[in-house]
Amino acid sequence: MKIDDFSPAVARDGNFNFAYLDERTKRMIRRAILKAVAVPGYQVPFGSREMPLPYGWGTGGIQVTASIIGPEDVLKVIDQGADDTVNAVNIRRFFQRTTGVEVTTHTTAATIIQTRHRIPETPLAAGQILVYQVPMPEPLQKLEPREAETRSLHGLAEYGLMHVKLYEDIVRFGHVATTYDYPVMVDGRYLMAPSPIPKFDNPKMSMNAALQLFGAGREKRIYAVPPWTRVESLAFEDHPFEIQRWSEPCALCGDTASFLDEVITDDVGGRMFVCSDTDHCLAHRPAHD
Amino acid sequence: MNAPVDLSRLSPGFPNAALDSQTVFRACLGAMSEPGRVTSLDSALLESTPAGLSGAAVAILLALLDQDTTLWLGEGLREGDAGAYFRFHTGCAIAPSLAQAGFALLSGRDESAALSDFMQGSEAFPDRSATLVVQCCGLANVGDAGEGNCWRLTGPGIRDYRLLKASGVRGDFPQQWSDNRKGFPCGVDVFFASGLSLAGLPRTTRLEG
Amino acid sequence: MYVAVKGGERAILNSYALVDQARRGDPSVPELSLDQIRQQLRLSVDRVMCEGSIYDPELAALAIKQAAGDLVEAIFLLRAYRATLPRLGYSLPLDTADMQLFRRVSATFKDLPGGQVLGPTYDYTQRLLDFSLAASGAVAEIDASDAAPEVGPVPRVVDLLNHEGLIETHEPGAGDPDPRDLTREPIAYPADRATWMQNLARGDEGFLLAMGYSTQRGYANSHPFAGEIRYGMAELVIEPEELGFAVSIGDIEVTECQMVNQFGGSKSQPPQFTRGYGLAFGASERKAMAMALVDRALRADELGEAVEAPAQMQEFVLSHSDNLEASGFVQHLKLPHYVDFQSELELVRRMRTSGAPAADASEPAGEAA
Repeated sequence: MKIDDFSPAVARDGNFNFAYLDERTKRMIRRAILKAVAVPGYQVPFGSREMPLPYGWGTGGIQVTASIIGPEDVLKVIDQGADDTVNAVNIRRFFQRTTGVEVTTHTTAATIIQTRHRIPETPLAAGQILVYQVPMPEPLQKLEPREAETRSLHGLAEYGLMHVKLYEDIVRFGHVATTYDYPVMVDGRYLMAPSPIPKFDNPKMSMNAALQLFGAGREKRIYAVPPWTRVESLAFEDHPFEIQRWSEPCALCGDTASFLDEVITDDVGGRMFVCSDTDHCLAHRPAHD
Repeated sequence: MNAPVDLSRLSPGFPNAALDSQTVFRACLGAMSEPGRVTSLDSALLESTPAGLSGAAVAILLALLDQDTTLWLGEGLREGDAGAYFRFHTGCAIAPSLAQAGFALLSGRDESAALSDFMQGSEAFPDRSATLVVQCCGLANVGDAGEGNCWRLTGPGIRDYRLLKASGVRGDFPQQWSDNRKGFPCGVDVFFASGLSLAGLPRTTRLEG
Repeated sequence: MYVAVKGGERAILNSYALVDQARRGDPSVPELSLDQIRQQLRLSVDRVMCEGSIYDPELAALAIKQAAGDLVEAIFLLRAYRATLPRLGYSLPLDTADMQLFRRVSATFKDLPGGQVLGPTYDYTQRLLDFSLAASGAVAEIDASDAAPEVGPVPRVVDLLNHEGLIETHEPGAGDPDPRDLTREPIAYPADRATWMQNLARGDEGFLLAMGYSTQRGYANSHPFAGEIRYGMAELVIEPEELGFAVSIGDIEVTECQMVNQFGGSKSQPPQFTRGYGLAFGASERKAMAMALVDRALRADELGEAVEAPAQMQEFVLSHSDNLEASGFVQHLKLPHYVDFQSELELVRRMRTSGAPAADASEPAGEAA
């Protein structure tokens, strides 16, 4: 798949500063990012700006990307693992228009990958930066909505609430009933929301060669996982962490190890499963396709 | 510091403030993400620097400071042009005391202050801590651990371990750094700068001297 | 063979064309001018400036036009525009005692210095549809010169009450810090009053109205009186550091509301009246009054009252008041959630086949995000 298939070139619009944000805002965000890297998993508050896209649609990820990106970068934007979903196309257009940088669909060719809800199947390399769009950065929020409280719990590393919640799941259902945004511990210290990636992707976060940055625009938080950092999904000894498996391969490329989307093909129960990561899927299809 | 400053005497800042700041920030981000890895900046970024300041230290501060930040200058740096230079080019304020500084520029041999004297942040807000730029006289990723300021680094951002040799840094730095680590998540973060080279030391890094 | 849906770019460009067309409507109907919006939809302009946090009637009119009259969308347009504007300076506090008044009413005193001035209010218009407005064409010039007497500076009601010492005062002490700028740094809890005032001033009018209303219905212990509502022009003054003296940079229209609340006193304070404060750009009386009620409710902690009702809960009020945040996050649910949903599908199927008890509907295993 060539990017031109669904995303024709967009000219750089000289009416906007490079990457849209003013330089002072970028500096403020850059300082927040550096502190985030220095305290992995801790959510740094930042003066999130109103962006020309709605809150909840990736404004945090956009502000992080806008603050780190330079003219030499090659950008890939995915939503649900795919380069061609409308929101991914829109964000990619935004950066083409405001930076003029080269864009790509190839995971390996990108220096910055902005993502919503997935980590690419292709392993990332040293020097790459994965920017997550995060709607709800606080892993404890559903258990304790008051920020003054959760902040103090993080300070004390007091995560009993979350362990109790997971344990109650096990008592009730026989297993942990959380399938995405599954909480993780970063470097053994901070409990972190991995943004709503499926738990299938959680293991990829740990000891990854790439830098992982997380931006939550509406909630005004930035956090980070440096390369080669331990990220553990919460579990119990007798109930180890497990990821989703499918009983059939991708209908397009035949892969048996990637995360699959279910596609409904008719109105009588017909369905098929295809890779959610479109770049990965295309690379694995038989040559004639 | 309030004496009139002859602006025409000050060294220039970045030729292209926006793009050069981005380039240097990415070097800083790489340095903090991969602690101890020595990287070098392009010499074209700075035509000249104020006396006594390394290019990398100047570049880091030009990239990160602005009107919302405060800078503390360590011993031996207060008398020269450094204060006027950073105030003019970034709009930063000179911190009234080191305990109030968001950023500090120090000489590696400066023994007038300890790491613990700087803002440490709090358990609730560990990000509200100082970032120190420490000038030294050499940075390399080779050497024998334990000999002459050659340290073995481990922690987030480092796959196995990394050697960092930082010449011209006070001898008790490893002890101070160990104390800094004990306060985690509070603590300061450090950039070492020598010539155009820089290396990062976030508070997560363990250092054996 | 299944083919993934493509053409995101084209779909987006098509949506631009369609929304342009829908906004314009029938091209045989004359196009709205910004002047018309400013002059004839002034209350919309005021609301958009207020919640858009920028005082510029021209830009607000443009935003309203572009948003086809959707005020929350227009507020979004203005906010996105202002977000990256340079911050040139901060004004001195507005002196509302010195306002040129168009309207001034007090519900607490029948008569008082300066009198009651109804001004341009819908309050007593007997909300009957005026079919004469439906007829298009030249409208006779309306001469209201006799109806609008010049009202110069008039003392504020709370200042009059203050002569007796019956109402609390809020003199800033020495070393009173500058307020934080909510648009530059995020809110941290607990927030101080200056910070929450900024939040409420930008807050959604409908949200504040509902919150304020709830305090009147027992969800907070509040006995408010509208001490004073004033609407008029206030002078905006700055004092640039390099000048060393104050300069007027213009006048802005504002509405101010001072609610006066009964307070039984505490160990440290005698029985007296307390205040809730509201201020909004333009003629925004509903907003200013609702804001004043919520402000007073948020002071429960400071005044030693039990914090039991939603309007008294700082985090609840302040983190849900912004309509950009709320609208964006509610509407993001229309973005694709295939991946999360697939995870949930897989879980539910597995639970059913393994015979485990099904989760009941009140216990979501996760939440779309």
